[in-house]
Amino acid sequence: MNSLLAVIRRDLLLAMRRKSEVLTALFFFMIVVSLFPLGIGPEPALLRKIAPGVLWVAALLATMLGLQRMFAPDHADGTLEQMALSPTPMGLLVGGKIAAHWLVSGLPLVLLAPVLGLQFDLDAGALGVLVVALLIGTPLLSLIGAIGAALTLGVRGGGVLLSVLVLPLYVPALIFGAGAVEAHISGLGAGGHLSLLAALLALAVFFAPWATTAALRIALE
Amino acid sequence: MLTATGLTCVRGERRLFSGLDLAVAPGEWLHVQGENGAGKTSLLRMLTGLSHAVEGEIRWNGEPIQALGEDYRRDMLFLGHHGALKEELTPLENLELAAALDGAELTGAAALAVLWRFGLRGREELPVRFLSAGQKRRVLLARLVTRKARLWVLDEPFTALDVKAVDMLAGLIGEHLAGGGMAVLTSHQAMPIAGGKAVKL
Repeated sequence: MNSLLAVIRRDLLLAMRRKSEVLTALFFFMIVVSLFPLGIGPEPALLRKIAPGVLWVAALLATMLGLQRMFAPDHADGTLEQMALSPTPMGLLVGGKIAAHWLVSGLPLVLLAPVLGLQFDLDAGALGVLVVALLIGTPLLSLIGAIGAALTLGVRGGGVLLSVLVLPLYVPALIFGAGAVEAHISGLGAGGHLSLLAALLALAVFFAPWATTAALRIALE
Repeated sequence: MLTATGLTCVRGERRLFSGLDLAVAPGEWLHVQGENGAGKTSLLRMLTGLSHAVEGEIRWNGEPIQALGEDYRRDMLFLGHHGALKEELTPLENLELAAALDGAELTGAAALAVLWRFGLRGREELPVRFLSAGQKRRVLLARLVTRKARLWVLDEPFTALDVKAVDMLAGLIGEHLAGGGMAVLTSHQAMPIAGGKAVKL
């Protein structure tokens, strides 16, 4: 458990010292989301309709930006080798790296989303559902993304391959995440969508670190 | 005790070595020699369990290392070509976090003492990217002291070190061997450590 916390602490410390990478993804999210109301024009009904989709797609793409850097620096400087040779199970250390990735690139999106949602004339209830959906959904994005990042590690032109590999896997998160907000706006209640999203998260928490570890071991051979 | 029998290494189409046997008993060290590209690093990575031998078996105290898993990794420390150092972090942070990842106890005072012993007094709080190649190497080698492993697998440990550091490292390895430790290392120089068996690839 201490090792898990140590990995998280180390990755957060590194993120603090390389602020530009974190801020790039965050600004990307802000700008992409803000471009839509400017491009479409001030029609509250239309903006309310597209808001969940726009916010979620922007969140997916913002997560994708930093994904390739999740394991690449550790691979290049030999840290990954040391993680594989550590007496601590590698799955635990990988779990810590995924958790750190979410804290750095997922959590800020969750906190920023309600502010950006105001541009789309969403009411307080819809904003609340949006935050909850992103809170469940963004860890799922980090977990699925980790598998893709590990599989494309050391592959030339891995960035494009990573998008092709990971974005289709993000589709369920997108459907249920954006669907939750839409369901709430149309008065159906977001419970069903959020439950399904949470079920996906539970499944990913169980399998993703394991699959990522297996992929990393192959990359190290 | 580390033993390997009938090891074969294949890289792509090329067979680097085959039918290699070796044994290291407590207090012994093994000098892996060979030309560039002869497969020295490949052999060391096999011994650590990072890569698998095409043929042959590696045993630690009579048990195959794959079966031992974490028990073997607790007894073994591998320092390779790559620093495994984070350039943005200070030597102290690097050392403490490396120990924490391994689940080892390391107090701040103990870490400082080790860094001073390796001649890094006054550089503890400086990000590693400002250090010279030799100093980076010293930070890395400090792990030999903080992580209590019985088997050291070192790939070119003397690279970039000055004369003083070479002597210190040789002394450190000597102490380790005298205490019943084992070491496998590669080097192109003659080794300033007594005893030791050579393996030519």
